Amino acid sequence: MDQTRRNVLRAGGGASLFALLAAAGMLQPEAAFAADWNQKAFAAKNVKDALDALGAGNPANSNDIIMTAPEIAENGAVVPVAAESKIPGTESIAFLIAKNPTALAASFDIPAGTEAAVSTRVKLAQTTDVHVLVKAQGKYYMTKKEIKVTIGGCGG
Amino acid sequence: MSSIKLRVVVALSGLAFACAAQAGQTATPVKVAAQTKKAASKSRSAIAAEFEKFRDIMEEASPAELFEAKGEELWKAKRGPKNASLEKCDLGLGPGVLKGAYVKMPRYFADTDQVMDAERRIVYCMVTLQGFKEADLAKKPFSSASKTPDPVSLVTYVAGQSRGMKIAVPQKHPKERDAYNTGEEIFNYRAGPWDFSCATCHGADNLRIRTQDLPNLSSKEGAIAAFQGWPGYRMTGGLMHTLQWRLNDCFRQQRFPEPGYVSETLSDLLTYMGVNANGHVYKGPGIKR
Amino acid sequence: MADPMRIRAKAKDGGVNVKILMAHEMETGQRKDSAGKPIPAHFIQHVSVTWQGKVVLSANWGPAISKNPFLEFDFKGGKKGDKIQVTWTDNKGDTRTDEATIN
Repeated sequence: MDQTRRNVLRAGGGASLFALLAAAGMLQPEAAFAADWNQKAFAAKNVKDALDALGAGNPANSNDIIMTAPEIAENGAVVPVAAESKIPGTESIAFLIAKNPTALAASFDIPAGTEAAVSTRVKLAQTTDVHVLVKAQGKYYMTKKEIKVTIGGCGG
Repeated sequence: MSSIKLRVVVALSGLAFACAAQAGQTATPVKVAAQTKKAASKSRSAIAAEFEKFRDIMEEASPAELFEAKGEELWKAKRGPKNASLEKCDLGLGPGVLKGAYVKMPRYFADTDQVMDAERRIVYCMVTLQGFKEADLAKKPFSSASKTPDPVSLVTYVAGQSRGMKIAVPQKHPKERDAYNTGEEIFNYRAGPWDFSCATCHGADNLRIRTQDLPNLSSKEGAIAAFQGWPGYRMTGGLMHTLQWRLNDCFRQQRFPEPGYVSETLSDLLTYMGVNANGHVYKGPGIKR
Repeated sequence: MADPMRIRAKAKDGGVNVKILMAHEMETGQRKDSAGKPIPAHFIQHVSVTWQGKVVLSANWGPAISKNPFLEFDFKGGKKGDKIQVTWTDNKGDTRTDEATIN
């Protein structure tokens, strides 16, 4: 995304100006924003296809990626996951969820000066392996952890 | 056409009843048998500890905050037929005083000669100060995928103003003591097709439904669980709910007639539960399963 | 119109810890409504965080990110009083930018 476009958006302060510009044909949402959103990777139905679409091939297992996530999730709709990479030159961190309808959940680009660690919350359709994929100096590394999804009580 | 409709209805009611049906199969919430109790409670407490740990992590940045922010906006905005804000609303500590008001409710209000819980009082303010109609607010009072009712956001904002403060639900006025006594009676009152009471699920230690421990709300230690974490962001559906919703759902699950929105019944029950929780520190709006 | 984000940016140990909550449905496109009609996917696809005109984090998301998304990370260089901007854009082209001051 280039700087000019970001400034236009910031000046606009939200959806209304954007919608106006888009309607006037001055911006094309798909072209403007999907540029670096990897359609093929996000549509992949399993981890292998997602890795292929990301160009990650067969990533090496690494103990230098630390994933923090519950063994058992209280609710599959909101599962806190965090990943930290100790691999020098980490450029990106991605989360892949093996048994979700589509495997790739999120990909974070880590510029120089930003810690190679992110936390977010994801949906798990069922008990599944969650993989963390790290790209560092052009090479790919991965780790995984199984998270169990439970059925709960009445709603307390 | 009608058979399809019927099937849908059956499927839906199956869902709605799943929770209590599950409990019913084994003579109501599971009471762990004495001989297996030790082993079972060990693994159960490990799961509970895991849930607790990650809930704590999530509560450091809870989606409830989004509703607090919305509630603050609503509190300060001039709205309703009278085009007024709620900034003169008296939650028991004087007009406009929000700090610590939530942990001291339900309480007696002289202007209405009633004991009122937080949501009931806020609705009262929306009616008297802003000119909204209570009947309108009571039409769809609970959050759904399409709408978070204004009182829900407002209660969440007000509750957030008591974060980190001690629960101190008053028992000075005779009507406050009456409310407690009536609340206790409602809590233990068995009725309905399943012969349930609140106490069936929440009146003894070591009860659970599936993986979830059920707090004993009649005990000092357990009672805090009824106060803590509410209003709560429910992970299921991602909706913000208040105690009005939670108690309504308890009645529904017991197959009782559902109580009226912001009714006296709920203020009484909330007084009983609140007083039992007195002395604990309230952590603010939370996250629920 | 989307509701505001909640952004907390805290200076510590020579860096800045950023916590962001966004108000968004994050509808997966997998669900059906009560009439059996599929509910169309509606989710944030792109998030970027900038500090002094420099992108300090950018993310691409799919619909598996939970409703009302949360994001936390740390970056170096920022100090108290500096501002950061967070922008999200969803698959329908809706976008929202909010700003926070580092404290």
